[in-house]
Amino acid sequence: MSKVRLATVWLDGCSGCHMSFLDMDERLIDLLERVELVHSPLIDLKSFPDAVDVTLVEGAVSSTEDLEKMRKIRQHTRILVSLGDCAVTANVPSMRNNFGVETVLERAYQENATVHPQVPHVDIPALLPHARPVHEVVPVDVFVPGCPPAADTIAFVLEELLAGRMPDLSGQSRFGA
Amino acid sequence: MTLPIRVRTLKIDDRDVSAREDETILEVARENGIDIPSLCYLEGLSAVGGCRLCLVDVRGVPRPVPACVTRVEEGMQITTNSERIVKYRRMNLELLFTEGNHICAVCVSNGRCELQGLAQSFGMTHVHFPYLYPQLKVDASHERYVIDHNRCVLCMRCVRVCDEIEGAHTWDVMGRGIEAQVITDLNQPWGTSDTCTSCGKCVHVCPTGALFEKGKSVAEMLKKRQFLPYLKLMREEHV
Repeated sequence: MSKVRLATVWLDGCSGCHMSFLDMDERLIDLLERVELVHSPLIDLKSFPDAVDVTLVEGAVSSTEDLEKMRKIRQHTRILVSLGDCAVTANVPSMRNNFGVETVLERAYQENATVHPQVPHVDIPALLPHARPVHEVVPVDVFVPGCPPAADTIAFVLEELLAGRMPDLSGQSRFGA
Repeated sequence: MTLPIRVRTLKIDDRDVSAREDETILEVARENGIDIPSLCYLEGLSAVGGCRLCLVDVRGVPRPVPACVTRVEEGMQITTNSERIVKYRRMNLELLFTEGNHICAVCVSNGRCELQGLAQSFGMTHVHFPYLYPQLKVDASHERYVIDHNRCVLCMRCVRVCDEIEGAHTWDVMGRGIEAQVITDLNQPWGTSDTCTSCGKCVHVCPTGALFEKGKSVAEMLKKRQFLPYLKLMREEHV
């Protein structure tokens, strides 16, 4: 039997969801016997592969690059999972949404900078007007709230998906924890 | 001479129940262990039917009615958990999330918030409507307390407790619809209010992290509501 092709993506988030993923500890060994990790911040592969079975997305969609990535990922993913509050609600990254991109960049890179205050603009993607949840940009199949979702919750989601079931997370996890 | 209180008999979810004629559907349901969710309702304060989370179906009435402000009637047949009702409640709850900026992860009430708890008990894993990200302010001008409008769901518990229990009426509501927000005195900074007694009742009845004590960090704000039924009882006995 060929292995299930699993990918993980890190958009506008703190990597806490990936840390929680790693917190599955020894369960990761068992997982890797059944899945092939084809794309992840944990492995060095620049472009998103074709024919991925399950993709876990951490983070909100905040930049033009995030948006392009998500469109491509959706095209090449069978089951897309919004992992954690940033992907599900835009969470902390959305706290900038009220202020406008210019004000935010000025605050971060000019007002608060002590050396060479300047807003970076070369070779980096532009911020979108609002950081948005993933499902406002592309359709999402599974929602896993939590900041971050517990390792047990992520393990449950993956176990259910590997067993061919859609995980029912109602009551299992909540926004904020 | 006051008229004697009559008893009404009715059905909730096909169960026969009896109630005093001056009771609401919500009160009777809870007395009988039938769960109807609510947010703006708080025992000890007047009911306003604002949050629309306690909606129920009454046979013969085309639209759902809020259980907290609907009096029982003889022969009523009430459904509290039909697919339609559950769907409407869930929509209303989701809209509450879109109309504010509720970032549970960094909120003083994380883990103790009634809004967050309702989302969990409704099995709500995400919001189907686009978030509005309204521009809302934080007023930290009061010596001891803060109001963060981003987390306010306009349940008006603060308005009611301040008026009905404390008797100060510092809080009120300004604006209409999506523009509505709670204000202190004549929409001035809370710290400059002449009427506020700094009693803190508003802080403790607030269901979310909108009202909190200064110096409290994430998940640290413990709201104590025990005073409310106690005060109400004491006053009833001594009037």
